[in-house]
Amino acid sequence: MELQKFTYDNRLPKLFAIATITWGAVGMLLGVIAAFQLAFPVLNFSEYFPHLAFGRLRPVHTNAVIFAFVGNGIFTAVYYSLPRLLKTSMWSNLLGRIHFWGWQTIIVLAAVTLLFGMTTGKEYAELEWPIDILITIIWVVFGINMFGTILARRERHLYVAIWFYIASWVTVAMLHIVNSMEFPVSLFKSYSMYAGVQDALVQWWYGHNAVAFFLTTPYLGLMYYFLPKAADRPIYSYRLSIIHFWSLIFLYIWAGPHHLLYTALPEWAQSLGTAFSIMLILPSWGGMINGLFTLRGAWDKVREDPVLKFFVVAVTAYGMSTFEGPMLSLKNVNAISHYSDWTVAHVHIGALGWNGFLTFGMLYWLIPKLFNTTLHSRKMAGTHFWIGTLGIVLYAIPMYWSAFRTYFMMKAFTPEGQLQYQFIDVVQTIIPFYILRAVGGTIFLIGVILMIINLWKTAKNGSFLKEEYGEAPALEKKYVAPKSSFWHSVIERKPLLLLVLSLIVVAIGGLFELVPTFLVKSNIPTIASVKPYTPLELQGRDLYLREGCYNCHSQMIRPFRYEVTRYGEYSKAGEFVYDHPFQWGSKRTGPDLARIGGKYPDSWHFNHMYDPTSMVPGTIMPAYPFMFENELNIGTTNSKIHAMRKMGVPYPDGYEAIANDDLKKQAEAITAGLKNDKIDIPADREIIALIAYLQRLGTDIKVKTATTK
Amino acid sequence: MKFSTYLEQIMGVSIFPVISLLLFVAFFTGVVVWIYTIDKKTIDHMENLPLND
Repeated sequence: MELQKFTYDNRLPKLFAIATITWGAVGMLLGVIAAFQLAFPVLNFSEYFPHLAFGRLRPVHTNAVIFAFVGNGIFTAVYYSLPRLLKTSMWSNLLGRIHFWGWQTIIVLAAVTLLFGMTTGKEYAELEWPIDILITIIWVVFGINMFGTILARRERHLYVAIWFYIASWVTVAMLHIVNSMEFPVSLFKSYSMYAGVQDALVQWWYGHNAVAFFLTTPYLGLMYYFLPKAADRPIYSYRLSIIHFWSLIFLYIWAGPHHLLYTALPEWAQSLGTAFSIMLILPSWGGMINGLFTLRGAWDKVREDPVLKFFVVAVTAYGMSTFEGPMLSLKNVNAISHYSDWTVAHVHIGALGWNGFLTFGMLYWLIPKLFNTTLHSRKMAGTHFWIGTLGIVLYAIPMYWSAFRTYFMMKAFTPEGQLQYQFIDVVQTIIPFYILRAVGGTIFLIGVILMIINLWKTAKNGSFLKEEYGEAPALEKKYVAPKSSFWHSVIERKPLLLLVLSLIVVAIGGLFELVPTFLVKSNIPTIASVKPYTPLELQGRDLYLREGCYNCHSQMIRPFRYEVTRYGEYSKAGEFVYDHPFQWGSKRTGPDLARIGGKYPDSWHFNHMYDPTSMVPGTIMPAYPFMFENELNIGTTNSKIHAMRKMGVPYPDGYEAIANDDLKKQAEAITAGLKNDKIDIPADREIIALIAYLQRLGTDIKVKTATTK
Repeated sequence: MKFSTYLEQIMGVSIFPVISLLLFVAFFTGVVVWIYTIDKKTIDHMENLPLND
């Protein structure tokens, strides 16, 4: 058989690696700033400019770490390993470059728009519709290049890492499209097509599987390629890796509802999420065992090689967080963890340990290869390893501690049956933990800076290999499978079949989970007294979204004595039917707001938003003085009401044309009320709309004539 | 137009979960049977793919 010559292009892996490192450092730095803001609210600087307040900065941090740092990490791995595993060049260099620059453009656009408050208000899917479309295009470009390469391969069998890449690609495409269905109002404003419970279910089906198919499965592909490479021995069990793959993608897609336990989500959906989450331990630990056992008999190497050190801790962190995840989806554990710092600790074991350390290991292995040299300093990499590990520990332990402390204080009652602590008492006692956490994050970041120096010097010591040469025979056109082969070996030789099958596998899970909630009307009992927002409240709600209030405040009261006593009647599914998007939140750094309406007078909110400490001494909430100067943009009312009506919110026909009259009337009523409290403010300011929205929250079911249909 | 109207047009949508369960069990059993019957030579070839590039 004649050998064909071809080249492996190293320029794209290099570009993606540089982007990974750069965005990693930026994303982590933003995380450290956000962490310090929680301890020292003066760092929000919102008196001077609104862009850097926690509510806007935190989404930039999460998006940067997930889509910029880990995203570019995935692409580095794919553009390096895919051609080598398939013995061919990448299909198109041009598409590769479009992919690279397109993705970096998306990241920059994301950062800028989020800082300017342009957001959909759905966690980890905050980007507005034009960017969503751009993401779809670039993702398709990446897919075409990947499949072009796979189809032009010279190796018949697809290694398991490639299966993980394929499943990740197709599932992320599906998740992104389904969750990003939105109704544009203007160039950078849209409303989620779904409302309330349905929106929550779709969002967490997406959110959970973004963790699964963006942060986990592509990185498992990365592990299955780079771990054997670095250890110079094959994976412990190839058979186990196949089971790992199929069971993981089968089970993961069902587990989303575990983010919504004890909420107004229908009970059956909650139980489904829990059951599948528990089952997930098996494939996840199968993967961890496979990774760790690959090093059996090679532990002497682990003591010396920093790459393997990083890999071992990464795989261990994977095992820890995939054990913790199922535990957190048990309802009794979730009652403690949900809305608390426990979730934050959990995701950071995953992000810092699994994604972070696996990326660092890959870079320490890859950069010397790309520059045809050896690592500048093994000792420095070893120091990075220990600093990083210490950073993770210092980050996680205070968060676990804070979570339990919060839980015990929140549920404490006096013998007389009163809540023992106010929310602010709890906030005050956990500030020291916030400081420790910020220090942990800073230490982790220092490790990353050491890595940047080390890799920079490595690159300077070597010379960049633009291309490497390979040779292999072409695939025989007519392949006769050996007699003993099984139907699965057909799948695993046919990439398009593998693609279609994995899509079917994940789509079934999604359908079963989502369809019943959309179809069965009894899943969301309607409440007659729940009415659409008034135009002013709707505008106020959009300000609530813009400032990212959902990053710290939930709007979902769970049916626990200590929550009902603190916040009021527990939340009902029917209360959210006009919420495009839902705003249940996932973390309570501040108190729940589901029934804040009518709890305090307008003047309280006025003073609280201007200077939170004036109403709640010791609070860590940022101030929003600019909302007292900005005029509310009422030019958008018409198109907003129109969009809502199109999506089924029952505003009367033609109401959009006269909506601003009602808006002005309500604003003037609020201003007049404030005047009685000796507060003078024009009726056209943003703060008036926000007050209107806050005072509406949770009041519908308190209406006297309320009856359930 | 409400989103759910599109889904309501799916005939017999309640059979989906049963089909999905059967598919899952059948497929998973198939994979387990296959990996135990797969011959050693293929496994060796597959697991060495990353090392031989």
